[in-house]
Amino acid sequence: MSETSGKQPVIEVTDMVKNFGSQRVLDGINLRVYTGEIMVVMGGSGCGKSTLLRHLIGSIAPDEGTVKLFGNDITKMSEKELNDVRKKFGILFQSGALFNSLSVGENVALLLREHTNLDEATIEIMVKIKLELVGLRKHTEKMPAQLSGGMKKRAGLARAIALDPQILFYDEPGAGLDPVTSAQINQLIIDLTKKLNVTSLVVTHEMDSAFMLADRMCMLDKGKILKMGTRHDFEVLRDRTGELKSEQERLVRQFLRGDAEGPITERQLASDYEEDLFMARKSY
Amino acid sequence: MKETDSSTEMRGKSSVIIDALGTLGEFTLKTGRNVFSMFGGMFLLLGETATVTSKGLLIQEQRIGREALFTQMVRVGVKAIPIVILIQLAIGMILPLQMFPMLDEFGQSDQIATINAIAGFRELGPLMTAVVLCGFAGASIAAELGTMVTAEEIEALRASALNPIRFLVVPRMLATLIMTVMLTVIANVVMIASGMLTAINLGIDADTYFKLTIEAVEVSGFVTGLVKAAVFGLLIGLIACFLGLSVKPWEGSEGVGRATTRTVVYGIVAVIFADAIFTLIFYSYGLFD
Repeated sequence: MSETSGKQPVIEVTDMVKNFGSQRVLDGINLRVYTGEIMVVMGGSGCGKSTLLRHLIGSIAPDEGTVKLFGNDITKMSEKELNDVRKKFGILFQSGALFNSLSVGENVALLLREHTNLDEATIEIMVKIKLELVGLRKHTEKMPAQLSGGMKKRAGLARAIALDPQILFYDEPGAGLDPVTSAQINQLIIDLTKKLNVTSLVVTHEMDSAFMLADRMCMLDKGKILKMGTRHDFEVLRDRTGELKSEQERLVRQFLRGDAEGPITERQLASDYEEDLFMARKSY
Repeated sequence: MKETDSSTEMRGKSSVIIDALGTLGEFTLKTGRNVFSMFGGMFLLLGETATVTSKGLLIQEQRIGREALFTQMVRVGVKAIPIVILIQLAIGMILPLQMFPMLDEFGQSDQIATINAIAGFRELGPLMTAVVLCGFAGASIAAELGTMVTAEEIEALRASALNPIRFLVVPRMLATLIMTVMLTVIANVVMIASGMLTAINLGIDADTYFKLTIEAVEVSGFVTGLVKAAVFGLLIGLIACFLGLSVKPWEGSEGVGRATTRTVVYGIVAVIFADAIFTLIFYSYGLFD
């Protein structure tokens, strides 16, 4: 934290709580991300990391707590004010989420046409520049259906950076890609973060990606942040051998290593098996 | 021992009844809540669409994509023309053949023209067009929007500060409205032509048929038919957009399929009920005299 203590956070989440029905999905999240860093949010399926991301882009409002982007609380904003903030960040969705009825070039151009006063000739040049950054300049005319998974993500990334955002969000950037393509996308994320001096927040459960990308990391479990720290902190914990004292550290380590055995597994197995069997019999 | 058995059985029976009543009550409440939230949601969507459209048309604060509207009009309407023509050809033949023997008995076979014209312009033109468009355009709009939800496209629009109502709903609803009216005009013409051909074959003079048709329809019949068509078109667009956008991202293809089926069913029901309400209103205002 020492290297970031003097700076103003770009993303600041304070005491955020979210319930879906009776289930508490996010339980008191506190998170700060500073200019120019890549923060990786990790966690198993259903831990709440995607829900957290949806709060950060203003898709869902929290039940309690605040979400500040650029110092302004987006939970209290009108749709119009929120849209002004949305123009300052970009997001790469898990599937790319390209607009299927538009070509790759048009997908990128759409945002420029709608949110800027640039003339068509300038927009065309801008689109080429953005697509060149992700290595898709030769595929401007292609429709999303003609693209491979990796190309869709690249195109989605080009659209995300169309308006020169100051924050980039990534939802599982490596999901569904082969290892090489996944590594290429990760390299692209690092390059873009450095080249464009943006702040990035990556949500993922793939440890290779996480360690390749992160400046700082945090691990989410059952709606709570279990551990937050620099990449180095997490590497040390991952590589530590022998018995760990705290349950929390053992849990994080199992996740980081991808071990089949450990506290996460024990938690899943320790369900009320006998009671369950008994209940099944009673209902007949 | 026997007594205990029968009392257990009694208790068993009554608890089954209570369970059944409970389930029924729960079902009613749930259905009621669903219906309420559906109507509420549609009302809101209609309101927002109207706001965005009027902002775009009147004060031009928001751009409405003419290109998008044109694309949707072609998709909704132009491609449905052959089906509408085919159906109206058949309908225009059915009525005269059904009515001819009865009317002929009284020497009133010429009145086939009157019946066909009134039924066509006031009723069957708009109704059959709406039913065709419900299956043709409504289903495809619901499927398209539902798929966009599951592919995160709608969320991507919102996250890009683009309003899905303006981008997707407005052109689709305007297109169904405009094209239902235009197709109804075509449907009317085809039905009259088909009826006339049938009548000629039954030995009725073409001139008489034409004259009686013009007399029967009047401006009010033509206009009320088109007003109905516009409302039907709006209903179809509204239901299709609402149900399409109501698909949840995690429902996947099952959710899309359900939205599509519901659009066709709810759409046809809505159109027929709206028709009944219109007929009541027109009747009580003496528009049919």
